[in-house]
Amino acid sequence: MRRFAELLDRLVLTPSRNGKLTLLVDYFATTPDPDRGLALAALTGDLDIPSVKPAMLRTLVMERIDPVLFGYSYDYVGDLAETISLVWPETLQEEERHDPRLSEVVAILQRAGRAEGPRIFADLLDRLDIPARFALIKLATGGLRIGVSARLAKQALADLGGKEANEIEELWHGLKPPYMSLFAWLEGRAEKPASAALAMFRPVMLAHPVEDRDLEVADPGDYAAEWKWDGIRVQATGEGGVRRLYSRTGDDVAPAFPDLLEAMDFEAAIDGELLVGSPSATGSFSDLQQRLNRKTVSAKLAARFPAFMRCYDLLQVGGEDLRPLPFAERRARLEALMASLDPERFDLSPLVPFESWDELNARRMSPPHPVIEGVMLKRHDSPYVPGRPKGPWFKWKRDPFTVDAVLMYAQRGHGKRSSFYSDYTFGVWAGDEGAPELVPVGKAYFGFTDEELRQIDKFVRDNTIERFGPVRSVRADMKSGLVLEIAFEGLNRSTRHRSGVAMRFPRISRLRWDKPTAEADRLETLQALLPD
Amino acid sequence: MRARDLLHTRPEGLYCPPGDFFIDPVKPVARALITHGHADHARPGNSKVLATRETLDIMGIRYGAGFAGSMQIAPLGEPIDIGGVRVTFHPAGHVLGSAQIAVEKDGMRIVASGDYKRRTDPTCAAFEPIACDVFITEATFGLPVFRHPESSHEIARLLESVRQFPERAHLVGAYALGKAQRVIRLLRDAGYGETIYIHGALTKLCDYYVAQGIDLGPLAPATIETGARDQFAGAIVVGPPSAFADRWARRFPDPVACFASGWMRIRQRARQRGVEMPLILSDHSDWDELTATITETGASEVWVTHGREEALVRWCALAGIAAQPLHLIGYEDEGD
Repeated sequence: MRRFAELLDRLVLTPSRNGKLTLLVDYFATTPDPDRGLALAALTGDLDIPSVKPAMLRTLVMERIDPVLFGYSYDYVGDLAETISLVWPETLQEEERHDPRLSEVVAILQRAGRAEGPRIFADLLDRLDIPARFALIKLATGGLRIGVSARLAKQALADLGGKEANEIEELWHGLKPPYMSLFAWLEGRAEKPASAALAMFRPVMLAHPVEDRDLEVADPGDYAAEWKWDGIRVQATGEGGVRRLYSRTGDDVAPAFPDLLEAMDFEAAIDGELLVGSPSATGSFSDLQQRLNRKTVSAKLAARFPAFMRCYDLLQVGGEDLRPLPFAERRARLEALMASLDPERFDLSPLVPFESWDELNARRMSPPHPVIEGVMLKRHDSPYVPGRPKGPWFKWKRDPFTVDAVLMYAQRGHGKRSSFYSDYTFGVWAGDEGAPELVPVGKAYFGFTDEELRQIDKFVRDNTIERFGPVRSVRADMKSGLVLEIAFEGLNRSTRHRSGVAMRFPRISRLRWDKPTAEADRLETLQALLPD
Repeated sequence: MRARDLLHTRPEGLYCPPGDFFIDPVKPVARALITHGHADHARPGNSKVLATRETLDIMGIRYGAGFAGSMQIAPLGEPIDIGGVRVTFHPAGHVLGSAQIAVEKDGMRIVASGDYKRRTDPTCAAFEPIACDVFITEATFGLPVFRHPESSHEIARLLESVRQFPERAHLVGAYALGKAQRVIRLLRDAGYGETIYIHGALTKLCDYYVAQGIDLGPLAPATIETGARDQFAGAIVVGPPSAFADRWARRFPDPVACFASGWMRIRQRARQRGVEMPLILSDHSDWDELTATITETGASEVWVTHGREEALVRWCALAGIAAQPLHLIGYEDEGD
């Protein structure tokens, strides 16, 4: 259990993706079965153990420590799981507290019934050291939150065995914790596990953004164009009565969209965009947000913001894998399939007709719906291949919005950037024109070169007004300060920000050393961009 | 004699009227008794200073030879009479030369512990509990959440990370006096024989520790040779914590930011500072050491100073020991 706890503690504080991969690969390579498989399941969210309520934990600890001292401790630490892990009295001698294996702990938790649950949990806490107590509590309360996606964990597995992550994705839904057959294959001790699962995930094909010269050398006649919808890319799969709705990273998101799942009465795998509203009236991005980041959904919410799928591509029909076929053929098969689908829940992504790149560009710049973020280009002859091959598909996004804002706060970065102030909060002018005030409208931490980072870092250090831990406020008034041109993809209303707006995907597009702060934009400029 | 007639607080620090001296004054005074060499306890400009030989040496290194009008060595365990007050220095286990100061007159004995810890430290003499009527304890880590792990365990974690990331430099932030040398010595005890690179701010103090017979193994300055960016790949570099937030740190290849401090027990503290590898290593007592020490001294009264006084006062109340916070100003938290 100690190794697992150390892994969690390292992962949460390691900012870089490569660093996390190194830690994961090292753990998987040096930890025996079945512990490593259970750890993997914990990271991907596939570990099934009865959950423990924070109230029960609080009761347990209050039976063991003075409430006043607990209160001081909790106030200081601010996290219940961490506080309990720290103050839990250590009554057993070191030699009685031998470190149990993760598999042992999981088995104990899985056996525990409701009645004896608290006692069993307390016994476990007695046997563990501080980091392991923390890991146990996080595991049992169901919130590891360590910044490791299932995709990253699978990448680590691929690295461990010298395989492609897509191979792991394809297998994944047919496997179960503790994944012994998977590790055996990765370590070259056994054959690749057969993908026994029905309705498996097919790794998604992605597109490169159009860059400077890409279109000059491309013939418009080779490509089909579609609107690029800004929803959630999904893969809807039905096979032998099993229905799954995958995100583009292979996570099953079906529980959040039972309304769509119910309509998936087909034997096929469709690639498309999940949107909210109905095919005849696509909802706004903020409507979509009502359905995002939820594990489950109430009937009321599902009725008010119904989910539907705009279909892009057809990967499988019955037993036939269509992926090697050219896009034009797959598209024809998809069009034929559409007639059999529920028209309230599925529609076909329309093709955008065009003769020349200039014509397509003009359409791209004035899309017919606010949830369109550009166009997709797909070669008529392109097979469906996983990953992001260069050439067959392009995304050509609408140009971003920009605004001139003033740097207000800077925060120190992490890892390679830990000696730099690299996360910037910026604001625009609001209030009385005669005596305006800056209100923060967003935060950005990329979009600049290393050299520009050094320049901003120097500006921050030379113009600091106040320090709050890792954050500094910098001089920003009508006479002095640094203007940043911020690019962003869209704007939503927000009740959480004082400015009332929240930017989507903001980044720094230019440093405007030349621009006086008084000429930065006003909040009204942003408000004019808000959807009605 | 009442305790508060023997010692009480004044703006300059803890004052003894019958002996006319201060303990660890924060402003220059006529006669100062110094517990240890950390800058918030040992300040320059006093007329007379009484301290252990090592503390006087360290003050000389930090402030230059003229840091006080006159200096007197206090040998550990040997009573000295100051105006009818019997003063004895006892080891505190905090850093090299650190001492508790026992102050005694007319059957009343108060022990001012300064900063102290109880666990084994290969770089300084171990704390000795002194029976007393009033025990003045620090409370830097005076909350039940602070429980330091075994030092060897933390050093093993550091070495494990060095193994996992051979292409990166491990930058260990450690307070220049005491912590830095302890980290280095603990690495040697764990069998680490490679050259350890040190920030310039550590050089003189490391040299002093070595001169006092504490072997720190091969050390080299962490200066970079032109065009040798990979020079520190796989190396351990020790420097003061402030240096790692500074531009100085940019010379190292993709560094792993480590910080050796008792505060690293709290994850949010590590997160806020951008620490990737927290090392829970403290020169102060943790909660269990504080409470055990109070019990061991047999003191009927406890004065609690610099730190989280309220929790320790509460613990004393539950244990039936009279306790009050002693509000001394001008002392810093470890490493902050």
